Amino acid sequence: MFVETEEFARRLEEMGELEQQAAYEAVGRWFAEHADKITHHTHLAPVHTATTVRLDGAEPMITDGPFVEGKEVVSGFAEVEVADLDEALRLARSWPACPVVEIRPAS
Amino acid sequence: MSEEVLARVVREHAGRLTASLVSLLGDFAAAEDLVQDAIETALRRWPAEGVPERPDAWLFTVARRRGLDVLRRESNYRAKLARLARPEPAAADDRLRLVFTCCHPALSRAAQIALTLRVVCGLSTTQIAAAFLVPESTVAQRITRAKRKIGEAGIPYRVPSQEELPDRLGEVLAVIYLLFNEGYLSSTAERAHARDLVDDAEWLAALLVNLMPKEPETAGLLALIRLHRARGAARFDAEGRLVLLADQDRGLWDRQAIEEATRLLTRAARAHRRPGPYQVQAAIVACHAEAAGFADTDWAQILVLYDMLLHLAPSPVTRLHRAVAVRYTQGPEAALAELENLGAPLERHALFHATHASLLRDLGRREQARRADERALELTANPAQQALLEQRLRWD
Repeated sequence: MFVETEEFARRLEEMGELEQQAAYEAVGRWFAEHADKITHHTHLAPVHTATTVRLDGAEPMITDGPFVEGKEVVSGFAEVEVADLDEALRLARSWPACPVVEIRPAS
Repeated sequence: MSEEVLARVVREHAGRLTASLVSLLGDFAAAEDLVQDAIETALRRWPAEGVPERPDAWLFTVARRRGLDVLRRESNYRAKLARLARPEPAAADDRLRLVFTCCHPALSRAAQIALTLRVVCGLSTTQIAAAFLVPESTVAQRITRAKRKIGEAGIPYRVPSQEELPDRLGEVLAVIYLLFNEGYLSSTAERAHARDLVDDAEWLAALLVNLMPKEPETAGLLALIRLHRARGAARFDAEGRLVLLADQDRGLWDRQAIEEATRLLTRAARAHRRPGPYQVQAAIVACHAEAAGFADTDWAQILVLYDMLLHLAPSPVTRLHRAVAVRYTQGPEAALAELENLGAPLERHALFHATHASLLRDLGRREQARRADERALELTANPAQQALLEQRLRWD
């Protein structure tokens, strides 16, 4: 899971067009390099498009915004096929974009 | 030409024009920009030139020209705005879709309110800011953010399906009701020049009744608003002080408006037999409005209606109001007992403490009554309520 911080989003915003282009290319290269392990990946739209539905009350409650308002938001995820956590960690270390990556087994 | 007349003409046409442009362009934000621009032009030119014979066609032409200008400059709008090449606006009234989009539950309540006022009623950002006493930049940001979310999160431009309708209509009615409340409670002498939100709320409710004649709650809300307005002249005395219901000069009430609103309510209730919170609240206000004097109030009937309202929409504030009906049917002791469990949820609610104070005073517990009134005074920001409480504390 890729996690963006406010700081990261701001830096990306402030970049010039060429710099942004380079950043996106680095991400593209990362996906290409690890294509044999990546089975699926998704980029999520920015958090201002988020809507949350809470189902733990008497009625479903719909609110504007992400489920936790915070400085860090999940911005996408990739499914990888690896032998163990160490291999996943190696992949995560080479991730060239947002500053936080959370790793979790999936079934 | 008075500003009031201008505002009325704009409100009559703004939503319609936005609706037809959204249909035409398929882009909510772009349509809204063009309409705001056309309205600004109208407000600049109409005072001198007079309102054109067909304001809708005039506004459409201005919006269209503006769109074509933008088109020349911005290539990304090109595909959408090219549809403006067709000269005539769509004829059907699409404002219902517009209302449901503006009041979508994925937008915050504050955004729903600002967007509805601006898009459906044609208010400017400045007018909205003035009505709510918030900085203009706050309103502008709220609207920009909401428009972005509509476009990017994929909020649809349509009337909800039958199964979604009860919830979604609830959102729309809540927005109109809040608008009404905001306007009604803050309608003091000092703000006489601010935009009359009560007027906008009534207009919106009437629009909804026309567009959704099969929904009795829309009629209930409209009747509720009209019943309150019919008694407006008696709410303040000559010095602009708030007058309590018991002390109001009922000769100042608009009897004809009360009768009409009551008829509207009865018709809707009989035709559909689907009671809802707005119909019941309107029925309660009608009970008060029909009484010749405060002593003639049918409190037993009002108590039954409050029980019904609590069943439909339980809330501590409704229980507080019900306690007042208990006061007049079973006495202050019984009413005080009703307040017992409300202290916690309504700790920061001025009306709770004010009601508590009058019950304590009825029972001769003056010192406690004073403290409750003082607490109420701390909690209200409304100048008219403050004046009333101060007066009560002075006389005590």
